Amino acid sequence: MPIIISLKRIFNTGWKSFSQNIGLSVATVFVLVLIISLASSLFIIKDATQFVISDLQEKVDVSVYFKEDCPEENILVIKEKVEAISEVKRVEYVSREEALESFQQRHQDDEVLMSSLDELGTNPFLASLNIKSWQASQYASVVNFLENNGFEGQIAKIDYFQKKPVIEKIFSISSQINITGLILGLIFSIIALLIVFNHVRLAILNSKEEIEIQRLVGASNWFIRGPFIVQGIIAGIFAVFISVLIFGLGIFFLSPKIGEIVPGFILFEYFASNFFMILLIQLLVGIGLGVISSSIAIRKYLKV
Amino acid sequence: MIKFQNVSKIYNSDICALDNISLEIKEKEFVSIVGRCGAGKTTLLKLLLAEEKPNSGQVFFQDNDVQKIKSRHLPELRRRVGVIFQDYKLLSSRNVYENVAYVMEVMGASNEEIKRDVPQVLEIVGLTEKRENFPVQLSGGEKQRVAIARALIHRPQLIIADEPTGNLDPYHTQDIIKLLEKINELGTTVILATHYKEIVNGLKKRVVTLEQGRIIRDEEKGRFIL
Ligand SMILES: Nc1ncnc2c1ncn2[C@@H]1O[C@H](COP(=O)(O)OP(=O)(O)OP(=O)(O)O)[C@@H](O)[C@H]1O
Ligand SMILES: [Mg+2]
Repeated sequence: MPIIISLKRIFNTGWKSFSQNIGLSVATVFVLVLIISLASSLFIIKDATQFVISDLQEKVDVSVYFKEDCPEENILVIKEKVEAISEVKRVEYVSREEALESFQQRHQDDEVLMSSLDELGTNPFLASLNIKSWQASQYASVVNFLENNGFEGQIAKIDYFQKKPVIEKIFSISSQINITGLILGLIFSIIALLIVFNHVRLAILNSKEEIEIQRLVGASNWFIRGPFIVQGIIAGIFAVFISVLIFGLGIFFLSPKIGEIVPGFILFEYFASNFFMILLIQLLVGIGLGVISSSIAIRKYLKV
Repeated sequence: MIKFQNVSKIYNSDICALDNISLEIKEKEFVSIVGRCGAGKTTLLKLLLAEEKPNSGQVFFQDNDVQKIKSRHLPELRRRVGVIFQDYKLLSSRNVYENVAYVMEVMGASNEEIKRDVPQVLEIVGLTEKRENFPVQLSGGEKQRVAIARALIHRPQLIIADEPTGNLDPYHTQDIIKLLEKINELGTTVILATHYKEIVNGLKKRVVTLEQGRIIRDEEKGRFIL
């Protein structure tokens, strides 16, 4: 019973201080909104780049073309062997006919090309295996495997060597982006923490005397700290509410533009489907910062 | 109940506020501590509440070494004591009623108890009309009476009154001293620090005289002699 009464009093006091010091509270909420928005932006940017990177990586593959006279069974046997390599993610067989069809489909409207293809009379395309590995560095060993296991005689060409620079570039860019993102995220988080801590420290400085008096008349540390933490939570909740609103609106209007920059990444849909994850992050950041920073800031006044 | 054992307190490494004080106060006693300004009265009381630490010696309250009590458990000690601070120490963000009620809230008293007791105590110190006022809206004497009300409200076992009448007119002074005497008769220990001769001489109780941090006199039914 006393605990419930105390909790109620702590909550009431916290709410009262929050609404009485409205200027300070607004400032706190504002700081938290900034930080929450920053954290959420980082989260969204991280996912967007991830999206771009995996999209690019998806486009990278190595094709092995087989000689015209190589029978389909042989190719399928090779396919199985390649699939068994652990570095290989996926292997796709494209027969000569399929290659022709997809070429025709792609260049339907190009009359010159079509008519010259007709003139040729035969199918100029080779059967191929499109191989995707998990990482760029792994292509070399896959190619090595193909070249050194008695398949060489049946292979017309492997386009790895002409693609190699592009492949490596893509992968180095993506790892650079990841590292940059991590460092930026870290720097932002530290700045954010400093801002919040400093703000809360200043806010509590005004209450130094009150805190000491409260200690002297027998209040327990929790009874003193509680209202500050409650204020932190309230500020956090308000901040999250405002941030969600800002983000929802901002994203709704920005979505088409982002779609142009990152094709296929529909920001609004992403926001909608990740809404609870984003909300969770915002709540954690908002309330967590409010609570932790006020507890730390108040600690030194509780020494009396 | 209270024991000071060879206690010394030095502020800022050169101001010797208390010099080897030994003093014992029994349950239900009424002790006046007198001395000039700066004699060390307030410092003595601060040590008892563990607001300050002695440089040497020990302070016991109900057989507990006050300095050894963990910060976490200090509130339990302080709730057994009602203090009228010389500088009042009112909570500026709370009005008169809330300042007095705070002590009861701290102790986990129910809302009914608070609603019952606070108006009674405010009536006793004559502040019923000012119950909505905040400390800045009160005169010195009124603030002092709020401090008195707050020290009494939770029926502590010990009342420490540090210059409780410093800002009161003679009329109120008499009232407050009578009140302290009555509370003492009902079984509460009272320590009164003051430099008002008339009050002390009128009480005819134990008087401890401090001078420059030393006890120069400690007499039952003592008088104010300096
Ligand atoms: N926090 C402090 N820092 C430094 N010196 C202090 C501090 N508090 C008190 N003093 C010094 O200690 C001495 C004793 O002060 P104390 O407050 O105990 O006197 P007092 O007897 O209560 O005086 P008064 O009758 O004016 O209230 C004084 O010389 C004072 O200047
Ligand atoms: Mg004093």
